[in-house]
Amino acid sequence: MVTVLNKFMMSNNRENKIGKEKEKKRTSRDVKIETKNLNLWFSKNHVLKNINLKISDKKVTAIIGPSGCGKTTLIRSFNRMVDLDGARVEGEVLLDGENIYNYGTNVVALREKIGMVFQKPNPFPMSIYDNVAYGPRIHRVSDDTNLDKVVEESLRHAALWGEVEDRLNANAYELSGGQQQRLCIARALAINPDVLLMDEPCSALDPIATAKIEDLIWELKEKIAVIIVTHNMQQAARVSQFTAFMYLGELIEYDKTKKIFETPKEERTKDYVTGKFG
Amino acid sequence: MMESKTELPTVRKRVGLGEIIFSIPTLLILAAFFLILGVIVYYGAPVISWNFLTGTPGFTMLYGEPFGPNFLYSEPFNLQILPYGGILPMIFGTLALVSGAIGIAVPLGVLSAVYLNEYLKEGLFKSFINQVIGNLAGVPSIVFGIFAFTFFSKQLDFGVSLLSGWFVLGFMALPIIIKSTEEALKAIPRGFREASLALGATKWETITSVVLPVATPGISTGIILGIGRIAGETAAILFAASIFYQSSLYPTNVFQPVMALTYHLYYEATSSPFAGINRPYEFGTALVLLGIVLLFSIIAIYIRTKSQKKRKGW
Repeated sequence: MVTVLNKFMMSNNRENKIGKEKEKKRTSRDVKIETKNLNLWFSKNHVLKNINLKISDKKVTAIIGPSGCGKTTLIRSFNRMVDLDGARVEGEVLLDGENIYNYGTNVVALREKIGMVFQKPNPFPMSIYDNVAYGPRIHRVSDDTNLDKVVEESLRHAALWGEVEDRLNANAYELSGGQQQRLCIARALAINPDVLLMDEPCSALDPIATAKIEDLIWELKEKIAVIIVTHNMQQAARVSQFTAFMYLGELIEYDKTKKIFETPKEERTKDYVTGKFG
Repeated sequence: MMESKTELPTVRKRVGLGEIIFSIPTLLILAAFFLILGVIVYYGAPVISWNFLTGTPGFTMLYGEPFGPNFLYSEPFNLQILPYGGILPMIFGTLALVSGAIGIAVPLGVLSAVYLNEYLKEGLFKSFINQVIGNLAGVPSIVFGIFAFTFFSKQLDFGVSLLSGWFVLGFMALPIIIKSTEEALKAIPRGFREASLALGATKWETITSVVLPVATPGISTGIILGIGRIAGETAAILFAASIFYQSSLYPTNVFQPVMALTYHLYYEATSSPFAGINRPYEFGTALVLLGIVLLFSIIAIYIRTKSQKKRKGW
């Protein structure tokens, strides 16, 4: 508890040093998602404890930590999927400076801005085309002539176009696991999100499929903020610029990925990234 | 040199006592089914003809000495109504009863199953509703029948009619349709719903664009099983909907009674002192009824296996 308090004060000091003007600039331009004293409970189970985190736009942020540390819950709180799980939330999650937990927030509009890719590939049991077109159709962002273009672009972004262009009407479950996951990424990209949340997207995939998705993540960050939860520390080191280490619901350390892996400040972070526990 | 062969130890599979004990009832079930089917086909098949299936019935009066199982019957002359001709009006009546009942039960059943599974949270109210549905399924059909006569025919003044039959059979099919729709909805992975919601779809859009289309094979299986259940129903329509014979043959509006296969069979088999004299005709009717019910079961099984093949990935 003391260490958390210390850390909190330290970060405040650092912010003061940067100066108010610079800070304001940083918020408006670079910070996409910010959590302020975020606490979350599932009935009496305190899952997220006072999380303060600023996530940069157009960067890849990895969230690592042992199982059950709350990392999945954290990203599910960014698009309010935790609402479905019956969570109680205190504190703020700011998207572009606006608290998404404000009363009257349009959750549908929020989820249009924040795409999500799940741990297990979960394409709908429809054609490849219909999977990608699902979001645009729901939001009526494009008419039918445009839809073909949106589907093609999304599949290209997800590096899947070449493999499926001649069988867009085939059922999505005819694809391999890795292709299915890229299809899910294409489906999420089809509504032009600002942020892509990825919940252990490679945990069910083989190394080759994993490499493809990692390349893809690297490219995506040119345009949007990517937040990836991962069990795999090598993966975090490979794909991310920033890494957050969580343990038992607390954010232990958050810094540039290089620092987390090479010169972590906290003992627990060091123990985790060097494999002493996990 | 001789080729050396690695000999695998042969494992002698012994049929144990346990396997015998557990297998006998299974074989008995098979035997029971084929015995029933065999008897009905044996007696009924000779009657089946184009005329039987598409003709309308007529009746002859038969006077004569009682015989057969009724030989103790003392009246010297007795009257037997012997049907001949075809059973098309009864086939039509059964199908009319079933389709109307399904028309009532499907919207009610599917909508309430969606409500139970997608909206209503676990709790006292939900378990209460589930109990009620379970009890509805357990109500004996003769009780449904007397209820239908009292409530629909008399209280609501529908009369002995097709309409009363639709409601009572619809009520009987409801629990089956609700339960099987719920099962179909439960079988849909949570990931489908989450993926849809995460794309910014509303709950309504998620249910109409993903949940229901994916559940359709399961729901249709349930509907067809419901059809099979009520197509063979006699007691429920005994008082409220069916009639042995009416001159118009087919009901001209929903307030008229219908001739149905089951009721026809029941009347044939029980209401005559000459029971047995027109056994072929009875068995022909039974065979047609059985054929209709089995046909629906086969369709249900077909849809189920086809959709199971399709869902290999999830």
